[in-house]
Amino acid sequence: MSMKVKTRQVDGITILDLSGRITLGEGSVTIRDAVRDVLAKGSNKILLNLGDISYIDSSGIGELVSAFTTVKNSGGELKLLNLTKKVHDLLQITKLYTVFDVKDDEATAISSFTK
Amino acid sequence: MADSTTMRVSYTLDSSLDSVNKIELTAEQWAERAGFDEDTVPHIAMAVREAAVNAVLHGNSYDTNKHILASFETTADDLIIRISDQGPGLDPDTIPDPLAPENILRGSGRGIFLIRAFMDEVNFRQLHPGTELTLIKHRKPAQSGT
Repeated sequence: MSMKVKTRQVDGITILDLSGRITLGEGSVTIRDAVRDVLAKGSNKILLNLGDISYIDSSGIGELVSAFTTVKNSGGELKLLNLTKKVHDLLQITKLYTVFDVKDDEATAISSFTK
Repeated sequence: MADSTTMRVSYTLDSSLDSVNKIELTAEQWAERAGFDEDTVPHIAMAVREAAVNAVLHGNSYDTNKHILASFETTADDLIIRISDQGPGLDPDTIPDPLAPENILRGSGRGIFLIRAFMDEVNFRQLHPGTELTLIKHRKPAQSGT
């Protein structure tokens, strides 16, 4: 199963609803392209909704980190929403959980972005 | 119920992502058959996937003239998976620690770390050319020596 991305805007924040697998050759390129598209359109406040991500491997984790640094370097913010237990555990193991700003409620996440 | 019969199967596969997916799926099936629980099976499958990705991507560099060899073995005590490539060789001592502050924001380099996190034993063997990774998961908790 490949990864799918739906894009929507809420209060000036771009939310990417991701579903499927983020792995080498599947979702990793899709994320990279989706984030690049958002930045190209002039938005740099991005919320990645990972609630329907069933699986992520080390390439997928690397892609999340790359997206985070790309957005940060552009002066923006990238946050994660609705981690599944599997993704949560992987971010804990790799010590990335505290690197990302992780939210479990969309409204709270939206209001946490710098105005 | 877990099957404790010793069994071994080997596959020779192309250097492709299709092979990675096949190896991951096979690992999942062998882990289930070996009696691992629902939390451990995905960890084993992920570790094996990472080893296969390393073999295809970093070992053989997707070279269609090179193959990867994957073998799956269950013994009474262990699930043993070996993945080998025909690449230039990998020295595990040169792999940067992905948890180090200077590496934490790197976009790659976590595969071997995850393999070690999810398996009980990980061994590297140089094949000249190539590298063989042996991944072992104990079917029963190790008895603590006193």
